[in-house]
Amino acid sequence: MIVAKQKPIDEIIQGLGNARRILVAGCNECVTVCESGGKKQVAVLASALRMYFMTHGKEVKIDEITLERQCDVEYLEELRKIIDQYDIVLSLACGVGVQFLAEKYMTTSVLPGVDTCFMGVTEQRGVWTERCQGCGQCILATTGGICPVSRCAKRLFNGPCGGSTRGKCEIDKDLDCAWQLIINRLKELGRLDDYELLIPIKDWSKERAGGPRKIVREDVQ
Amino acid sequence: MYVVGCMEGSCQFTTGNLRARKRVEQARTLLEAIGVGGDRVQIFNLASSEAPRFVEIAEEMTRKILALGPNPIRTRKKMAA
Amino acid sequence: MIIKTPSKLERLLKAGHLAVTSECGPPRGSDASVIKKKAEMIKNHVDAINITDNQTSVTRLCSLASVIHLKLMGLEPVLQMVTRDRNRIALQSDILGAASFDIFNILCLSGDHQVFGDNPKGQNVFDLDSMHLIQTVRYMRDEGKFLGGDPIQRPPCLFVGAAVNPFADPFEIRVPRLAKKIAAGVEFIQTQCIFNVEKFKLYMKLADDRGLTDKAFILAGVTPLKSVGMAKYMKNRVPGMDVPDAIVKRMGGVAKEKQMEEGLKICVETIQQLKEVPGVRGFHVMAIEWEEKVPEIVEKSGLYPRPQIG
Repeated sequence: MIVAKQKPIDEIIQGLGNARRILVAGCNECVTVCESGGKKQVAVLASALRMYFMTHGKEVKIDEITLERQCDVEYLEELRKIIDQYDIVLSLACGVGVQFLAEKYMTTSVLPGVDTCFMGVTEQRGVWTERCQGCGQCILATTGGICPVSRCAKRLFNGPCGGSTRGKCEIDKDLDCAWQLIINRLKELGRLDDYELLIPIKDWSKERAGGPRKIVREDVQ
Repeated sequence: MYVVGCMEGSCQFTTGNLRARKRVEQARTLLEAIGVGGDRVQIFNLASSEAPRFVEIAEEMTRKILALGPNPIRTRKKMAA
Repeated sequence: MIIKTPSKLERLLKAGHLAVTSECGPPRGSDASVIKKKAEMIKNHVDAINITDNQTSVTRLCSLASVIHLKLMGLEPVLQMVTRDRNRIALQSDILGAASFDIFNILCLSGDHQVFGDNPKGQNVFDLDSMHLIQTVRYMRDEGKFLGGDPIQRPPCLFVGAAVNPFADPFEIRVPRLAKKIAAGVEFIQTQCIFNVEKFKLYMKLADDRGLTDKAFILAGVTPLKSVGMAKYMKNRVPGMDVPDAIVKRMGGVAKEKQMEEGLKICVETIQQLKEVPGVRGFHVMAIEWEEKVPEIVEKSGLYPRPQIG
């Protein structure tokens, strides 16, 4: 899922500026799972903001809503009838949701309430780690299911580098060396000989470098 | 506000008191950041049999809150009235 | 053995001599005289001089400009090139830049992560990794083409090298990794500095068993220790570095003012031991910020004078 982290509250307060009618909009999907923008986080944030404004003697209306998703038109439509009641929408959805909301409601200010970070997994409650960078050309079959693009700090295709120490990355001793993980896995699968296969030069045009991407499926249109 | 939990290591639910401490810390940080003051919330640990300690904590918290004065929200509300 | 480039290093190695190379770090400024002075100090005691490429991700005068300065002095430089900072366009372009000045040696590296340097907030590139860079240089030289397929006008003539670290983890793939680099097209290797000679001997035996020592010229890396503090630092704080306790103890066992001398002794002894290891075809002396000691090390190791090749 997409993993995001809530912005510091003073940054959010600053972003709200002089808005007097605020809608805090959460999302029921990824940001709920990573506990940064779901219904509960919306409630806590809205409450904290109300207390802040009260402390500073400002009359501010703060409402809460949590949409199923903010990346699908159908769910964003739910705001159509109420959006003009607000000066600003503080969206706790990931960057995708914030943008789509802004697109669909051109005349309403939108403020992002989270920093969208990566596509990753919940290793345990409270710990989320990166797994995928959307490079557009998955090579997980070759590397035993471990991605060197997202998990190697240097995205080496033929690692490990000379800095790999006791299974950890040179940049952080708490970070697993992706290539150590790949080697371990190839061993478990009885495929350590595959290590010597040279993974060829990457076609980066399929990822961000090639420009913003689009997928069209005519068969389902 | 004060939260009271069992002595660390004696929680019937094993980690309930530890979780509570983390949540209280979160709340303190948030209250501090929005200007209400983190010291207004605190967590104490004691056993259910320690009645005297309970009284002690209640008195300590009361003293502290009186010293901090009314919270800014209340002050503002009064001023607005 | 067929000589493929005008590289003096290649010719020396293929003629069967033990080669000696060293490295100089460029300055953190635009004063080229710094690098020229360092090169002057060692030029008669080495066959080729490496210039590091923004080592440890600390921004310095670039390797390309530095090797050109050395070439203009009549010396034999080795261009070190990392893939951390440049994409494939810039890499190929810089290779042509070096070739336009008749630089004949290149060392292909990935590079230390930028978090170690003075720009931890910068982007890193890694469009290619070091294996890809080796393949690219060979392709440009032997096929005379750019990666994109177009022909190169006056292709580069570079003797291609890479680094290996027999002491990094996991050990079990270090020799397969050497095999991979050779399959990618590497022709000479410079190793990470050796303090643990026993482990290095094991590495070389495994490499030899696979016939790899016949396929690439392996130059054993050595570094003289300056103090027990340096020994401890390298042991504990530098990733992929193996400094045995015995060495640290030995350095600590002499008085502070004698430690430099002891460090140089250890370095020379190491070289003497390494001469006996099958497959070792030379030495790469890395005396960072201590370049003035390189002549002494080379002389005391019985590697002076350097063979002259026509």
